[in-house]
Amino acid sequence: MNTASGVRLAIDIGGTFTDTVLMDSASRVLATTKTPTTPDAPARAALEGAQQVLGRAGCGWGQVSAFIHGTTLATNALIERRGARVATITTAGFRDILEIAYERRYSQYATNIEKPDLIVPRKHALTIGGRMDAQGREIAPLDESAVASLVDTLRHEGIEAVAICLLHSYANPAHELRLADLLRAAMPELVLSLSHDVSPEAREFDRLCTTIANAYIQPLMSVYLADIQTRFAAQGLQCPVLMMTAGGGMTTLETASRLPIRLVESGPAGGAILAARLAAESDVAEVLSFDMGGTTAKLALIDDFRPQMSRKFEISRAARFVKGSGMPVRIPVIEMIEIGAGGGSIASVDSLGRVAVGPHSAGSVPGPVGFGKGGTEATVTDADIALGYIDPDRFAEGRLRIDRSASEAALATRIGSTLDLDAGGAATAVTEIVDESMASAARMHAVESGKNLLDRVMIAFGGNGPLHATRLARRAGVGRILVPRDPGVGSAVGFLFAPVSFEIIRSHYTTLDGLDVAALNTLLATMLDEATAVVRAGAPDGQLHERRVAFMRYKGQGHEIEIALANAPVEPSDIAALKAAFEAEYSRQFGRRVPGMTIEVLNWGLSVSSDAPAVSAPASKPARRVVTAPQTRSIWCNVTDRWCDAGLFMREALKPGDQLTGPALIIEPQTTTLVTADFGAEIDMQGNIWLHQIAAEDMR
Amino acid sequence: MTPSKTKLQVMWNRLLAVVEEQGQALIRAAFSPIVRECGDISAGIFDAEGRMLAQAVTGTPGHINTMAEAVRTMVATFAAEDMKPGDIYLTNDPWIASGHLNDFLLMMPVFLNGRVIGYTSCTSHLVDLGGLGMGPDGADIYDEGLLIPPCKLMSEGRINTLLMEIVKANSREPVANEGDIYALIACCEAGATRLAQMMGEFGISDLDALADYIIETSRSGTLAAISALPKGTWRNRLVVDGYDAEITLQAALTIAEDHLSVDFAGTDPCCSKGINVPLNYATAYTVFALRCIIGPEIPNNAGSLEPFRVTGPAGCILNAQAPAPVAMRHTLGQMTPDLVYGCLSQALPDQVPAEGASCMYDLPLRHAADADANGAPHFAIELVFNGGTGARPTLDGLSATAFPSGVWGSQIETTEAAAPVIFHSRSLRPDSGGAGQFRGGLGQHIEVRAAHDHDIMLFLSVERVGNPAKGRHGGMDGAKGRIRLGADGADLPSKGTFRIEAGKTLIFETPGGGGFGPPETRDTAALQDDVDAGRVSAEAAATLYRSQP
Repeated sequence: MNTASGVRLAIDIGGTFTDTVLMDSASRVLATTKTPTTPDAPARAALEGAQQVLGRAGCGWGQVSAFIHGTTLATNALIERRGARVATITTAGFRDILEIAYERRYSQYATNIEKPDLIVPRKHALTIGGRMDAQGREIAPLDESAVASLVDTLRHEGIEAVAICLLHSYANPAHELRLADLLRAAMPELVLSLSHDVSPEAREFDRLCTTIANAYIQPLMSVYLADIQTRFAAQGLQCPVLMMTAGGGMTTLETASRLPIRLVESGPAGGAILAARLAAESDVAEVLSFDMGGTTAKLALIDDFRPQMSRKFEISRAARFVKGSGMPVRIPVIEMIEIGAGGGSIASVDSLGRVAVGPHSAGSVPGPVGFGKGGTEATVTDADIALGYIDPDRFAEGRLRIDRSASEAALATRIGSTLDLDAGGAATAVTEIVDESMASAARMHAVESGKNLLDRVMIAFGGNGPLHATRLARRAGVGRILVPRDPGVGSAVGFLFAPVSFEIIRSHYTTLDGLDVAALNTLLATMLDEATAVVRAGAPDGQLHERRVAFMRYKGQGHEIEIALANAPVEPSDIAALKAAFEAEYSRQFGRRVPGMTIEVLNWGLSVSSDAPAVSAPASKPARRVVTAPQTRSIWCNVTDRWCDAGLFMREALKPGDQLTGPALIIEPQTTTLVTADFGAEIDMQGNIWLHQIAAEDMR
Repeated sequence: MTPSKTKLQVMWNRLLAVVEEQGQALIRAAFSPIVRECGDISAGIFDAEGRMLAQAVTGTPGHINTMAEAVRTMVATFAAEDMKPGDIYLTNDPWIASGHLNDFLLMMPVFLNGRVIGYTSCTSHLVDLGGLGMGPDGADIYDEGLLIPPCKLMSEGRINTLLMEIVKANSREPVANEGDIYALIACCEAGATRLAQMMGEFGISDLDALADYIIETSRSGTLAAISALPKGTWRNRLVVDGYDAEITLQAALTIAEDHLSVDFAGTDPCCSKGINVPLNYATAYTVFALRCIIGPEIPNNAGSLEPFRVTGPAGCILNAQAPAPVAMRHTLGQMTPDLVYGCLSQALPDQVPAEGASCMYDLPLRHAADADANGAPHFAIELVFNGGTGARPTLDGLSATAFPSGVWGSQIETTEAAAPVIFHSRSLRPDSGGAGQFRGGLGQHIEVRAAHDHDIMLFLSVERVGNPAKGRHGGMDGAKGRIRLGADGADLPSKGTFRIEAGKTLIFETPGGGGFGPPETRDTAALQDDVDAGRVSAEAAATLYRSQP
């Protein structure tokens, strides 16, 4: 029996697998497991995973001091449309905020597009009289006499949840609150989401969408969250369950039930948190996080050990991965770009004879042709098999039989026959295209974020991340790569490094010169109280950290820049410093400032977080030792464009300080790291693999 | 395809990614609302002969062709042997760049091993170029502001300060203009750097093989799409509102074995106000419309554009000659897709949508000229509200959606925070979509007034107030646009300057799209859904569609 106290448990329920990780108080991983997700009762797989890792580590439920949970349930309910019957109530005269949206087509040349389904049909779009102005002053009182007929309609249509979004409620929520009281009195069973609570930002379409999405999944998530708590408590879990959010923090079940929309995309957030943690441990200020799985690749930028944050996210896209084709939700979220490039992504030839990869994926069923589970279309994994990068005897610890000749045949017939290429040539074309498209996405993401890609360290994980890392890095101009331990369950490991946190972003428009300091300080104080109360519920003791930001831009521009504020009331004398900070950041991003231009502030953000587990001091450098491969295998070298012998290494056999050069394959149960001929590898004291590009003249 | 063709394809993908990156960077740094809301910019990469290899897909079709032709003109004007690294050339000549003075085009030679191997170019819409300002009221191009012929903006990395000072001295928004020009310079430089980096990475010293591959592949793909079309000539007439009198536009579309041509013969002559359209701009929208139907998946470049040829008699309103005023050339430019679709739908009856609202419903509001005397605040906003698109051959039209432009609509809350206006309504107009087997998209009903006790000014330049979007193949017309002051006010014309008195409400209704196919053949469930949702009234369902909804 392991007697360690304070072990921490993380469970990440994904679409295909449920990943479970158990860690001790010194942040050492004690056990990990992957169990198939049980969609009919997701908690079952979670329990099974928990029992496995506790059993392996010899720990009991009573020793678990923290349990962090993330789930795709919220995301899936939105994608699969398994939510509640929702109606909206907006300001009279503005019934069609949802249908009018931003009045645009998401694809310039496609004449036959269909707009995304935004959940609420027009017949369930209701309105009520009453009006606030942009400063939050009441122009017309709430038409309380209309509530009775609204209630009749809601009953008649069998509505289960209502999204209330009145104009300028972020500036004054009085009408939303009053309307909610009246509805609750008449229909106590009704679930209500209020826009000023869910997303207190100006821009009625985005706020309404966010409120609808929240209302839609609220009944389902409340039931699920209560169920998780009960099941684990029955097993003997004594600590509270904390939920992972899209913003990379943990929150209590109470907050999660009130704002379930914040739980979407928590898995990918866990991956970015892990990357940020590794960046801190390795003291690397600029990182590109690269998480490539079976269906998608996710890329995130991490500066100064903090993942880049965004305030907007899109769900239910009408065209997969096409920006602007989905439903916007405004929640604090770790900014990442997700593209349809995974191991299962299907390769094809377009009308111009060009190879295209994705966004369609063979997924895990039927999967790549080489897995022999019924797949017939050539995928990225088939290309990797044909090029020799996946060792058929050792893949997934030998649990899955790889049929290399089937992969080759599919590549030859699906791709090669049209282009007059053999299987190897077709496989090369497929990987070059998919690697280039990931590199393009990474560069574009950096440009859109006003950041540079060069000189970053890539942190690669996910089932296919370590396999494609060197190929992507070369194209993206990245020279160093870190592959962490347990890369296959990276997201769940990341959960265990997250703080309890809560972030609020609130619209309060002002020019910088015209800033009313007293009004702003009142606003920030209210936000601080609200956020602190939420965080204290999950982290009753210990120090709290606060972060305040302003979203600023030159008047006339559409893009806002985030500027950090001091954690103290703003003084009139601070305005000059704020202006200087904005101009400095603006010139960093755009090369020069614009003297004489008015500066305006649209939104104010405040986040409160608990301490995250302490980062251990960077370990001393291990003694270096060049290791040679016990055996080799023939792979396609994409540097010299010919077949060559690659060294085969088992990751578990590599020790800190071990060095090797490409071409080589480092194999572990959940993935393979491909060290191409232009890279060398070294193991650090924590067991991470570091890959570094070798200058062309130094290559053998 | 040999492995080297794989490399060529990867490089092509890289060029496409580079121009998109340039475009995004330009949009982020821009000051003009039209750039921010519609992405009214362009970025492209060209070979040493000036042939376009890649162009960013941005929000407005007005840069298609125009940039490809402009760079050819610039390359022919300036000798490559006189160019030095760090040189950048500039023009805003409407007949070379993009149809009006606000669009600035920059071009930069890219050097490798001491010689010019290609060019990068970008275009952006600047806020103000002096003259009478952005509006149709100029009598000629000289009234519309500053025209800069092709010239050198940067010499070996040093800015032409005199030129910059002239641009600033001739603008109401000198700071924003300077900011936008620097953004354009940065965009050219970034594209040049990226292009040189790519050539280094792939070990090539010129673009010849890559250019031939891109152009030949795109050309043959486009020709394959054309070869599948029926051959012949089809004609169409489109009557539009015009400024003070209706204008007839005419087009003849010929589909030949190896190209398509459109000729505007028969189109009315230029108008005295600035709604005239240079041919480069009319061509851009015409080719855009055709390429939406014919080979839309093939990227824009010299190869895919070459088979599309557009001509028009000099002096007709779609081939305006200098010094005609052209500031609002987009008002009619946006109508050319409907003009050419009238031809194409005769050749391809089941592939071409019905007419739509097409012209964006731009709503520029400003303080009145006597604001200072009355103590009223200064403000200027340019709101955009779109009508409905035409019904598609297998789908309803899109309600309140921009086409052909890619402009974004405005949000009420941010608008009210930024300007002294208050909206009473913004909703879809029931029954405004043309009835049909597939219904036209709905227009919008908007009510807005000053939030304070002062008059405000409205500058209108819209279309389809007199002439609705027509239905196709038995589909009915969409509702016309309608603009008035107060519910009982007289209807305003589609163009002109109007004063909205304090307390008066502007009612601004955008047009609906035309229907496709006979209304009586509409699917019963689809009609019932429209009635339930209130998009079609029970009365219209009974009278326009059938006796029983």
